[in-house]
Amino acid sequence: MLPQYALSQLLEALFAVVVAPLALGWVNQCRAWLQNRRGPGVTQPYRVIAKLFRKEVVLAHQASFLFRAVPYLVFGCMVLATGIVPMLATALPFAPAADVIALVGLLALARIFMALAAMDTGTAFGSLGARREMLVAALAEPALLMVFFMPSLIARSTSLTTIVETLAHQRVAVHPSLAFAAVAFVMVMLAENARIPVDNPGTHLELTMIHEATILEYSGRHLALIEWAHALKLLVYATIGIALFVPWGIAEAGHWGALPTAVLALAAKLLVGGAALAVTETVSAKLRIFRAPEFLATAFLMAVLGMLTHLLLEATA
Amino acid sequence: MSFVSFSPLPCVLGIAVYWIALGILGLTQRADRDAGRILYAAGAAGGLLLAVTAAWALGDAPTTVQLPLGLPGLPFHLRLDSLAAFFLVLLGLAVTGISLFSTGYFTSGSTTNDRVTCLHYHFFLAAMVFVLLADDAYMFMVAWESMALVSYFLVTSDHRFAEIRSAGFLYLVVAHVGAMAILLCFGVLHGPDGGYTFEAMRSADRTPFWATTAFLLALVGFGAKAGFLPLHAWLPEAHPAAPSPVSALMSGVMLKTAIYGLLRIGFDLLPIQYASWGVIALALGLVTMLYGVLFAAVQTDMKRLLAYSSIENIGLVLAAIGLAIVFRAHAMPALAALALCAALFHCLNHALFKSLLFLATGAVMHATSQRSLGRLGGLIHPMPWVAGAALVGTLAIAGLPPLNGFVSEWLLLQAFLLSPELPDPYLRMIVPVATAALVLAAAVAAYVMVKFYGVVFLGQPREPSLRYAHDADAWQRAGLLFLVAGCVLAGLFPVKVLHGIDHVATGLLGRGMGDAVGGHWLHVTPVSAERASYSPLLVLAGILGVVSAVFLYVRVRYHMRTRRAPAWDCGFPAQTSRMQDTAEGFGQPIKQIFEPFFRIEREMPSPFDGAPRYRARTEDKLWYALYLPLVRLVERIAGWVSRLQHGRIQWYLVYSFATLLALLVLIRCQ
Repeated sequence: MLPQYALSQLLEALFAVVVAPLALGWVNQCRAWLQNRRGPGVTQPYRVIAKLFRKEVVLAHQASFLFRAVPYLVFGCMVLATGIVPMLATALPFAPAADVIALVGLLALARIFMALAAMDTGTAFGSLGARREMLVAALAEPALLMVFFMPSLIARSTSLTTIVETLAHQRVAVHPSLAFAAVAFVMVMLAENARIPVDNPGTHLELTMIHEATILEYSGRHLALIEWAHALKLLVYATIGIALFVPWGIAEAGHWGALPTAVLALAAKLLVGGAALAVTETVSAKLRIFRAPEFLATAFLMAVLGMLTHLLLEATA
Repeated sequence: MSFVSFSPLPCVLGIAVYWIALGILGLTQRADRDAGRILYAAGAAGGLLLAVTAAWALGDAPTTVQLPLGLPGLPFHLRLDSLAAFFLVLLGLAVTGISLFSTGYFTSGSTTNDRVTCLHYHFFLAAMVFVLLADDAYMFMVAWESMALVSYFLVTSDHRFAEIRSAGFLYLVVAHVGAMAILLCFGVLHGPDGGYTFEAMRSADRTPFWATTAFLLALVGFGAKAGFLPLHAWLPEAHPAAPSPVSALMSGVMLKTAIYGLLRIGFDLLPIQYASWGVIALALGLVTMLYGVLFAAVQTDMKRLLAYSSIENIGLVLAAIGLAIVFRAHAMPALAALALCAALFHCLNHALFKSLLFLATGAVMHATSQRSLGRLGGLIHPMPWVAGAALVGTLAIAGLPPLNGFVSEWLLLQAFLLSPELPDPYLRMIVPVATAALVLAAAVAAYVMVKFYGVVFLGQPREPSLRYAHDADAWQRAGLLFLVAGCVLAGLFPVKVLHGIDHVATGLLGRGMGDAVGGHWLHVTPVSAERASYSPLLVLAGILGVVSAVFLYVRVRYHMRTRRAPAWDCGFPAQTSRMQDTAEGFGQPIKQIFEPFFRIEREMPSPFDGAPRYRARTEDKLWYALYLPLVRLVERIAGWVSRLQHGRIQWYLVYSFATLLALLVLIRCQ
């Protein structure tokens, strides 16, 4: 492996870690504008994380070693996930270590650690949140895998870099299955990132929270890591969506000159995507918890339909 | 090989005989606890030796031996080929861990009769070895029935309790229905001139009709032992009834002997496969998988939960076998090898992590005498060893990287993703539906395992006595750690495992995954490096690297002040352990979403009830739809038959006379 590739891998992961809170801040700022508020500014997540790192950790009496290890593990999983997703360039030496299925596995690993940590303190809201989070995941994860399988079938590979290179070259080819996949993906992304209509990231109202309930007992540096990991997760999902459905502009292996264009293209896409997310969240209302399975079942069905469409219309075997 | 004289088959036989000897020794022991313990530890050494020997034999050509035992003219034939060797490795590895654990578990007085339990335990191990070595139908049935009988005695080793006796009876009935189907299958398969050896069966010519009949009979017969739907009903009854090491053996290893039997008949004795078999197996496997995982989600007994989870895993293995048959029937040997390797890998994984989890429940029961999830909780504090081992098992069975459960599911998904290359358009249509069912079951399995681990080990103890639960002793820890190491190593070095499994695929299909697994020891690349690759070691290194870097950074850059305080819980002050989610609560969403699958009985109190009680029972629909009508039918037929019996000798003589006449007429007519 060439050292410059390893460097690009490291730089890309660092870029993601640094940029992730900014993306979250942008979404929050857009929401504030849409709701006629001035908003805290796009750098607010950095200030929150910095403040939390300086604060003292208050641990519940019941908390075990698992509870203390989980923030680090979740953060590690998310950083690794950013290492697999081609954001700026497809030259990722780490990518062969994990394909899309392993990526879904990594996200699941982080989620299960979160749920176990939530149950560890033995509080009413913690276990409630863990149950709901696992329920949403149990329905969203199959849909996510099915979404990933469509581009995998088109590219005949489950490696993300290969998929993105294939799709980026097929500018003219029309894949109706990808339209289904895109709709299903957006629905899964909303659910997995605890956004409206499945969950409300701004709420601490006891009975409606899902993700917030799982992190209720965290404080100080632990909470900072979890918030950061959460921002990373949103960025990972956003960049996967961009890479799969609008990959144009990404720098391909060896084309270092294309990198500035790639950064600009990614920034533009993230700006538009973040604004669109804010609009979606503003115009829709949160679903009751037992309507969430219907929402996710729709996503799952969309993905299955998309796969059928692919086999009926696009398969050439 | 440097020393030619070493041959694995006599060595394997020797280990089986050694286990039988240990069992007999166990019968003669005095009621002295240390003597009994040493026997299990000695058995564990045999298990390790078996695993090493069989792993040695994986790549070798098949060897056969004829024992001068059995009936006159019907000697026992034994054969050790790569398929048998792979399952012997699985047996040996699982037994090493389970026997080590048993050394600490079966202390005096832990079962009704310790000496007999020791005898049955070791006979059970030996019977499984003979099932895997048998090379003729006669030997196979003798070993198979011995295994069923001995395991029945093990299930009912606490026969003082009525529900354990009835669970054992159900197991015995289902086992015998299965054995009859297997016997009929061998009847159909017989070689030219009625040859009963497997060698003769391989060379026999069959019409597609008889080959299909044989396959379906094998599916039913081995399905009864493995727990395919609708013959799964005994698993959730028998597993909780048996002592935990026995549950571990049955779930981890015995179910795999049924998979072995299905592979032996489906791929070895029947040389030609038809795509329709594969579709049947695939559909049955997926239905079994979904059914198992949904029922696991609503269980409130930790061993029943694990038993349903075994049904799910066996369903996954069957689906993979079905896919392999479909590929093979369409002459796509490389893909068939991939699907078959996924099935075998998952067999090995399940043997490791399910044994581990059953042993963990054993340690929990030993320490708390509780099996119900409603009375456990918070055990991570008093039992850190068991909790740590169970955490690895939980993550592995939930199919998470970088552990072993993920590898086999990953391989199977790769095989599914390659199935659009099938020439048959109708078969291709099955792919999205089958893949959807597979990933849904896998995702719900993660939900189930979070429930299992969270309710047993995390949170506040639901009973005050749990605070004083003792951790596993040194023997039990050794057994648990052995299986943990198995899960981790098989997860981190899948290419090494696949090398071994590849010999089996080559032996059965004539072609293995070939270079696909041998390209690089670090990455698994089932088809080609561009198509898909996965490297668990790099994933683990990546996670650990980031974690340690972040930890060091936080440590150097910020203070590490920590304070202990009561849990915040949104400022709610009075928190008791009863406010946590219960096992029922955790199962409730699944119950609500997948309501048509369950038979739910609810008792709601009226609004004016002074002492309201809410009760809900979730039961198996198939039990009421299939088993109870069947029982009634059998009882009715038995009622009719009993009309023939009057207890008068003259009537019985009339029956004999009439039968004789009928037979004479029959012969005359021919």
